[in-house]
Amino acid sequence: MFAYYLELALRSFKRNPGLTALMVFAIALGISVCMITLTTYRAASANPAGDRSSILFAPSIDSWDPNQSYDDRDKTLAPTMLTYRDARALYASGIPDRKVIMYKSGGTYRRADKGMAPQYFATRMTTADFFAMFEVPFLYGGAWDAKADAGPDPVLVLSKKGNQEAFGGVNSIGKTVLFKNREFRVVGVLDDWEPMPKYFDVSNGAFQDLEDAYVPFSWGQVMELGSHGNTNCWKTEVIDSFQAFLNSECISFEAWVELRTAEKQRAYREFLDNYVVEQKKHGRFPRPLNNYLYDVDGWLERNQVVQDDNKAMLTMAFAFLAVCLVNTVGLLLAKFLNAAPSAGVRRALGASRRDIFWQHLTESGVVALAGGMVGGLLGLCGIWALRAWYGRFVDEATRALPFDEANFLICVAIAIAAGIAAGLYPAWRIGRAAPASYLKVQ
Amino acid sequence: MLSMTNVSKIFRTDLIETHALRNFSLEVKAGEFLAVTGPSGSGKTTFLNIAGLLEPYESGSYKLDDVEVTDLSDDVRSGLRNQKIGFIFQSFNLMPDLNVFDNVDVPLRYRRMKSAERHKRITNALEIVGLAARMKHVPAQLSGGQQQRVAIARALAGDPKLILADEPTGNLDSLMARQVLELLEKINEMGTTIIMVTHDPELARRAHRNVQVVDGQISDFKPYEPHPTPTPAHGAGVGALATAGA
Repeated sequence: MFAYYLELALRSFKRNPGLTALMVFAIALGISVCMITLTTYRAASANPAGDRSSILFAPSIDSWDPNQSYDDRDKTLAPTMLTYRDARALYASGIPDRKVIMYKSGGTYRRADKGMAPQYFATRMTTADFFAMFEVPFLYGGAWDAKADAGPDPVLVLSKKGNQEAFGGVNSIGKTVLFKNREFRVVGVLDDWEPMPKYFDVSNGAFQDLEDAYVPFSWGQVMELGSHGNTNCWKTEVIDSFQAFLNSECISFEAWVELRTAEKQRAYREFLDNYVVEQKKHGRFPRPLNNYLYDVDGWLERNQVVQDDNKAMLTMAFAFLAVCLVNTVGLLLAKFLNAAPSAGVRRALGASRRDIFWQHLTESGVVALAGGMVGGLLGLCGIWALRAWYGRFVDEATRALPFDEANFLICVAIAIAAGIAAGLYPAWRIGRAAPASYLKVQ
Repeated sequence: MLSMTNVSKIFRTDLIETHALRNFSLEVKAGEFLAVTGPSGSGKTTFLNIAGLLEPYESGSYKLDDVEVTDLSDDVRSGLRNQKIGFIFQSFNLMPDLNVFDNVDVPLRYRRMKSAERHKRITNALEIVGLAARMKHVPAQLSGGQQQRVAIARALAGDPKLILADEPTGNLDSLMARQVLELLEKINEMGTTIIMVTHDPELARRAHRNVQVVDGQISDFKPYEPHPTPTPAHGAGVGALATAGA
């Protein structure tokens, strides 16, 4: 019977093409808005750490102003970055399975053989475990080792883009590049890698571009490389040299640890508390003990990577879809009741209420499917337009919006479900209509 | 074929109650051609709708072909209606966007019948009413008489035991009305019971029996007398009728 209902639905569309188009458009509009918003939301709320989310931790210790909390919105929260001294102290802990400290810097790169025009590369100053901890894929070579961290050895890793610009994309392992006029040897070139959001450095923007080069952390002190990311200070201090900055209470550094067991996680929390208690004896950490150890989900939540307005937009989009569907319900109801005499004749000829219900629900489903397809295409166009026109200016998240087939299918599925839901009441109403009342007036 | 005992039907609004049928009792034998007459608003159509399982009723008993239908579910009632009853309406009630073939096909679709069987029945039914050549025409391309013949073919295609006709000639001129009536008589001769609601006394006179409905009750009826023409057992179907009509 489904084929017959489908045939009747198509006949019905031919009979009322304008009304049908209006219903399809109403659903399509709601779906496209939802799809664009959902895509933005999913891009913002993804957790690229996957299974490792529960063993990677960002420590947060409260070294902030005793008279004012770090976060105005939630006064219980501690800073999201560390001072240089604290970063170094946490890095010295032997508890973690892996540990990373880092900050964002940058500078001019060139090649001694003049094969590359001088160019600014955003640079991540980090430690050797960074690549393994965040599962960074390599195209050529690999990470430097802990010995190179201690040296520090003049080695670096280039991103695929950085390697393209410096060496035309060829295997550059062993070649040298000048970073601020100091020669560094390339030990690794990254493959395509786009964690979204950039969860390991949300303090500098969860949707910022990845760095072009990665250099051992200690070179920052040797070369006096300042932060090119956020730096926050609360204490009135004389900072007249790079060393004075490193000794200050300014926060600019980030730490991550890999703790594979609950025991290690407990021990590391204890270590953080003990460290702060110890520092208090030296007049630091004037606020009450207030330390946190966030896993990746917790860290994204704490940093409000998915902002409230993003969530509100998603709610608004679905509310808009609901309005579109209510309109569709009205249109379907009008259309079905207009066809009530025909349903009455069908009832007289042997159709049960159930037959009439399914016939009309099939019609709703076909409208919904068409609305979903058109809405999905409109949504793809919308996403394309956002990326092309506004991505760089409006919202960092939109820049990296994926053309996601899953989102398309989700939206079509939502459209079908919603369209069928919208058709339930009208189909039920027409099924319940007393056939006898229409037979005289057909 | 049809047995109603003390059937009552009340239409209610916020303000008034209208007793459409009051303790209505009627027996119709298989093969009978019954004319139901009466003034407007007397309850004729309500009786026909209840007989056709299209309306519920407040009280009483109704047996259709020995099946008590009072408490049956909608699915079962719809099945019975589809299998045993054919409807013919004053205003034909054809689907305007379906062609003649597809219109006749409607009741067969709800019988979940195979395509080949449906095709055979539709062709036979249209041959009986003389419209086999007009299968692809839509109702708007047919005269009123032809449309009513399509409606008869639609009722006939399902090989029903009972045909309920509500003013079947009401919208037709006298020539077409006579043709339709002759067609109904021929169908009745083949064994199908016919109950026809009509205002036309001439038409009513041609039935085996007349009952008059007034204020929801039968005020007068003429006892059933078997028709002089021998009738074959029901079930010969549209194939047999096609032969008879050829």
